[in-house]
Amino acid sequence: MTDAQHFAAVLRLGDDALVLGQRLSAWCGHGPILEEDIALSNIALDLIGQARNLFTLASKLENQGRDEDALAYFRSDLEFQNHLLVEQPNGHFGDTVVRQMFFSAFALDRYTFLARQTANADVAGIAAKAVKELHYHWEHAAQWVIRLGDGTPESHQKVQDSVDHLWAYTGELFMPDDVDTACAEAGLMPDLHELQGTWRDKVVACLERATLRVPEEGWSHRGGKQGVHSEHLSYMLAEMQVLPRTYPDATW
Amino acid sequence: MKIARMSPVEMNLEARFDAYVAEEKKIEPKDWMPDAYRKTLIRQISQHAHSEIVGMLPEGNWISRAPSLKRKAILLAKVQDEAGHGLYLYSAAETLGVTRDQMLQDLHAGKAKYSSIFNYPTLTWADMGAVGWLVDGAAIMNQVPLCKCSYGPYARAMVRVCKEESFHQRQGFQVMLNLAQGTPEQKAMAQDALNRWWWPSLMMFGPSDADSPHSAQSMKWNIKRFSNDELRQRFVDMTVPQAELLGLTLPDPDLKWNEARGHYDFGAINWDEFYNVIKGNGPCNKERLGARVKAYNDGAWVRDAANAYATKEATRQKNANASTHAA
Repeated sequence: MTDAQHFAAVLRLGDDALVLGQRLSAWCGHGPILEEDIALSNIALDLIGQARNLFTLASKLENQGRDEDALAYFRSDLEFQNHLLVEQPNGHFGDTVVRQMFFSAFALDRYTFLARQTANADVAGIAAKAVKELHYHWEHAAQWVIRLGDGTPESHQKVQDSVDHLWAYTGELFMPDDVDTACAEAGLMPDLHELQGTWRDKVVACLERATLRVPEEGWSHRGGKQGVHSEHLSYMLAEMQVLPRTYPDATW
Repeated sequence: MKIARMSPVEMNLEARFDAYVAEEKKIEPKDWMPDAYRKTLIRQISQHAHSEIVGMLPEGNWISRAPSLKRKAILLAKVQDEAGHGLYLYSAAETLGVTRDQMLQDLHAGKAKYSSIFNYPTLTWADMGAVGWLVDGAAIMNQVPLCKCSYGPYARAMVRVCKEESFHQRQGFQVMLNLAQGTPEQKAMAQDALNRWWWPSLMMFGPSDADSPHSAQSMKWNIKRFSNDELRQRFVDMTVPQAELLGLTLPDPDLKWNEARGHYDFGAINWDEFYNVIKGNGPCNKERLGARVKAYNDGAWVRDAANAYATKEATRQKNANASTHAA
């Protein structure tokens, strides 16, 4: 594992957290019930908090003077290395909770490994806090998928469509590239193939309880970790980064 | 003037109620209360709750564009607090026999009001500072006395609301301070936000006492403690030195210290603008209400699904219990 790979692995964790946190925060003020405005904002806050810790650590590893905000606001979409799943638009509430359920199931296992086994003590510290948060994120999202799937015929159809659509973005979570492989060998990050089985068991159990059909395995979209994103990310970053890029000399 | 007919029993109850309130005792949900007291509280608390959730929109407008991750987290937490305030207040109003759904229907139909200040746009990041500093500052001035309001559930909700609002106001001031001490562009942004938010903030205290329709009765019932003009004066007196500390200029050429009164004098408020914004002619009335209605309508299928699921689960539970007993 090179220093650059070590840095990239931590940065990727931060990118997933920031991009999903940014997406979820858009629900604040617009949720289907007030309790969900609060819950989704809470989850977004957890994710933004994780991103800040991870970027600060990445900054330390890189040692180039780029702080958390430089990493968040002064990288282009080509430099972001989040999974494609987390940048997918919020869509309707069903799309949001399915995206969250798929991702949280993965992130919970990933952070559980990191909290217990990673070779980097700083990563382990961040992961230990994140695991507690991810338990709640997973529960919250899975409960909603079950409610919507086993709710009304309309909600069942809507959330089935969400599952069918977003399924093709889950394969990327378990497709290792050079960074993943090197970091897994060095004991920094988990072996993605090992995470896939437990992810599938959890997700399938949730979908079955929700009376939803599990999509067949097929083509998976890929490229996020290498900086080749869907069309959505650039718009998201343009909005997110507008102020620091307009006033690069300012501090806020 | 219409006089409500009351039976001798009700007259006796009302006299006891008035005496109870006069002794600064708290009225609780199951206590007898005059209909007009109940209606006044439902109107005021629901309006307050609506203000919290509509108030999430102008600030929510900048969450996606907050200029640092720290500021993003603070702003998101703040707007989330407003949702929490909405929740306490809807719950407090529900103790008076109205449902949250009814209150929302009234908001969406334009029957219930919310604070008119939220019909102004948030145009730059500095508005996050100005809204926190001035709008939350004015709200606290109005709300602290409500912690001693005669209706127990409202008073208790307000204790928590005020603690959080006071934190919000300090963070708003901090945003302004950062801008005022920042680059020339940032300072100009701060001054522009102050120019736009100052007068609407003064209007938040409501019409002058002479033109305030509900004030006298609410004072008698210990729902309201100070007049609109008293609170407005207190706000001006508190804010002028803070603006000086920021090095920003309040947009009022008539503003000056009056030694004899021991207060700042300030210029005439444009009540024509105030009443127009209330009537629906503010810059964002349509957007704000439209956003609330859209969220409610878009969420209908989600709420229906949650209700349907809860019913199914209850039936499943009942059947499971029945078969356990049978076995």
